[in-house]
Amino acid sequence: MSATWPAIRFTLNGDSREVHVPPMKRLLDVLREDLRLTGTKEGCGEGECGSCSVRMNGELVNSCLVPVLQAAGANVQTVEGLACDGEMHPLQQAFLHCGGAQCGICTPGMLIAATHLLERNPNPTMAEIREGLSGNLCRCTGFIRIFESVISAAAQSERSTRAR
Amino acid sequence: MSTAAKTRVVGESVPRKEGVDKLLGRARYLDDIDFEGMWHGATVRSTIPRGIIRAIHFDPRIDWSEFAVVTAFDIPGKNLIRLIFDDQPCLADDRVNHCDEAIVLLAHPNKQKLRESLAAVHVEYDPLTPVFTIEESEGQNEIIWGEDNLLKSFLLQKGDVDAAWIGAAHIVTGEYRTGAQEHLYIENNGAIAEYNAESGVTVWGSLQCPFYVHKSLMAVFNLPEDKVRVIQTETGGAFGGKEDFPSTICAHAALLAMKSGHRVKIVYDRMEDLAATTKRHPARVLHRTALDADGKLLAMDIELATDGGAYRTLSSTVLSRATLHSPGPYVCPNVRVRSSAWATNTVPYGAFRGFGAPQAIFAIERHMDEIAATIGMDPIELRRRNFLHTGDTTATEQVMRDPVILDKLLDRALAESHYHARRARFAKENPASPVKRGLGISAFYHGSGFTGSGERYLNSLAGVDVTPERKVRVLVSSTEFGQGTNTILTQIAAETIGVDYSDVVMAPPDTSIIPNSGPTVASRTSMVVGRLIERAGAQLLDMLRNHASLPEEFTPDEFFDACERYRAAHGEVVSLCRYEAPPAIFWDDETYRGEAYPAYAWCVQVAQVAVDTVTYSAEVEEFWSVQEVGRVLNPVLAGGQIEGGIAQGIGYALYEKVIWQNGHMANNQMTNYIMPTAEDVPPIHVYFEEIPFAHGAFGAKGIGELPHDGPAPAILNAIRDATGVSFTAISLLPEDLFAKLSEHPVAEPATV
Repeated sequence: MSATWPAIRFTLNGDSREVHVPPMKRLLDVLREDLRLTGTKEGCGEGECGSCSVRMNGELVNSCLVPVLQAAGANVQTVEGLACDGEMHPLQQAFLHCGGAQCGICTPGMLIAATHLLERNPNPTMAEIREGLSGNLCRCTGFIRIFESVISAAAQSERSTRAR
Repeated sequence: MSTAAKTRVVGESVPRKEGVDKLLGRARYLDDIDFEGMWHGATVRSTIPRGIIRAIHFDPRIDWSEFAVVTAFDIPGKNLIRLIFDDQPCLADDRVNHCDEAIVLLAHPNKQKLRESLAAVHVEYDPLTPVFTIEESEGQNEIIWGEDNLLKSFLLQKGDVDAAWIGAAHIVTGEYRTGAQEHLYIENNGAIAEYNAESGVTVWGSLQCPFYVHKSLMAVFNLPEDKVRVIQTETGGAFGGKEDFPSTICAHAALLAMKSGHRVKIVYDRMEDLAATTKRHPARVLHRTALDADGKLLAMDIELATDGGAYRTLSSTVLSRATLHSPGPYVCPNVRVRSSAWATNTVPYGAFRGFGAPQAIFAIERHMDEIAATIGMDPIELRRRNFLHTGDTTATEQVMRDPVILDKLLDRALAESHYHARRARFAKENPASPVKRGLGISAFYHGSGFTGSGERYLNSLAGVDVTPERKVRVLVSSTEFGQGTNTILTQIAAETIGVDYSDVVMAPPDTSIIPNSGPTVASRTSMVVGRLIERAGAQLLDMLRNHASLPEEFTPDEFFDACERYRAAHGEVVSLCRYEAPPAIFWDDETYRGEAYPAYAWCVQVAQVAVDTVTYSAEVEEFWSVQEVGRVLNPVLAGGQIEGGIAQGIGYALYEKVIWQNGHMANNQMTNYIMPTAEDVPPIHVYFEEIPFAHGAFGAKGIGELPHDGPAPAILNAIRDATGVSFTAISLLPEDLFAKLSEHPVAEPATV
């Protein structure tokens, strides 16, 4: 059946991918079911919780609200694309050490939202962090240690920038 | 004996054991698991709150031969969810007792076809009159459960309350109400099951208590212990919401697996999860309190009622904990608590972090501020005059043998929050501002572990073994769902045995491998199960010293060498320990008297709240929490527990309201059931005072539930402080503030 659908191509975490799926299929389901990248989670299916956050052409989107057709030709980044050559992303390291992840189900989306925030604003204020993560719900942490993780990762990258 | 002795691993903020997998997105939650040839399952649910099922019609336009269809008729064993009392069916048979009760199960290989088929099953009912509130249930005009709608009642008595009113200088009464609360774990309930006529039933589930599910499946399938296997998958939040409910969804998936001959996965979407699964019990608490002229408590007469929903599930034990927490952390010679849980035609209420304590503590801690206002005393001073101290006796006549340091916690909370200076500032600023600020406090305990004789009945077994790959494995049924079980139990094992944190792993949470260390609930994992691991580790070292020449001092390598010598000579290297109650612990279920809990965690919280008299929004601006939870095993994880609990408590107070429409949750979406976001949670300041508890792992007591108990009363006390207006019910949304504040205008600002 899948062969009857025309190809949709996009770049996923740096690799070009091609899927033959109904064009209105949610990007979330294409990632999880067709490409077997299950790091991206579904929490509500209506764009409220942000567990399915991915970046598409540098924008932060809820992949449960994106028909895969919209991703045609786009550059998509998921949590699986954060670590580089076996080395965790500074945000992942900060979340590990600051206690930014508890049950872990919101974590992939939260990491993507935090990456998006820091790429656009390497030294965010607390208010900017709160605003930047306000589309991602976490029921475990009360967010406090997530904020600390983001601050710690920002400080870390500033240090490494200076070191260069 | 546990002491605060120097430790290498315990007390350190080692990173979360399964943290890297979670951060890389490779941790496998239930819905991330896919088996070849697996079918999907869905549930047809009742659309009315109460009625007789007349007929079930299957639309002939659908080819039902493609589907597996399960009704109550297909259940091979007993049609029930086995927990404490056998009243809840696995599938509704002749009648339904709440909206969204499961009636028919469907499975199909194609998810889309499955979804479409749900609407093609029509259930025909003879509706019966439903009961929706505690008051309607108490009224007994309709009997919907047992002979009188009463799910459970308790009577706690100390002294002679009735004789105390005459000599009282003050008598203060109050009524307090709390609403339902949703767990809102971000991962919905889900299960995968396989059925095989020879090997029996295997389920994978997002769950807290593998052996609860195990016990219930044995009854549903009429199978012996060894033919039922339950495996916990990575669990994306639980908070009590995956304590009892997984027994239902796992049984449903297993019935579909049996009928279809395929593995079947059921994953609820958010709307189904919110509508059909458990929530926190709504409660109504009446306080009548007698005090002498100095503000000392003379008598407390408390009537506590909870709404239990359609079946008893955990209502009896939730009510017990509510009862035991209702008098608060105060000394009073005469106490009477009459408590009752009532049946209504709503989804059964279940376990939720705090387990009855948040409801009871909301009432007593709000009531203390009402008493203070009535008798003209500062609420801080009123509490101080009545606090429990070491050596005092509680309402159940339990003597507080371990240190009680409420005064110290209170002093620190006041100091860290600059309580007095801030209040003075608000007193100056408020009259001229449309935003009124105030501070409120709450003081409370949370009993660690199962209530009363509970831990004795559980009789938990836990331990460690050593694998040929030179890893120590922790053997427990205590599960990880974010709170840190894996990490702290691993720390305890590494510390006791004398190996590195990285040398210890958790055994898979699979009932065919692990012993039953009891359910992962009741703030019992660190204290009770942790202690078993500590003992099992020490026992293992004795065994190796006696039988495998382990030297007195050793390196991890020497330890694992000794394990291999032991294995060669004696076989498996395993050490298990069974629960032993601390000495001098006695509880009488009949008279409701004795050591209600082996230990208590203590806490004082302060909330700063701003009430906007133009928009009627109340915002928590800052929050302080000072607690004594025994030894802190992992400061980062412990801090995270406190902050997360407080955020949920803020939601309970000011954001989260379940709206019922004819017994169905009408706002069953994240769009309209609102929890605090990153922009709503205030700065939270967390401080620990550590007094090691002699019978907990390395001195630990319970921590997980405590922080959720206090925010709601502290916040509503702060609103009273800010506006002078008393609110006695939660959740308190802007419309509720508007309704009352517009009747009692607070001091007008000079200019707007």
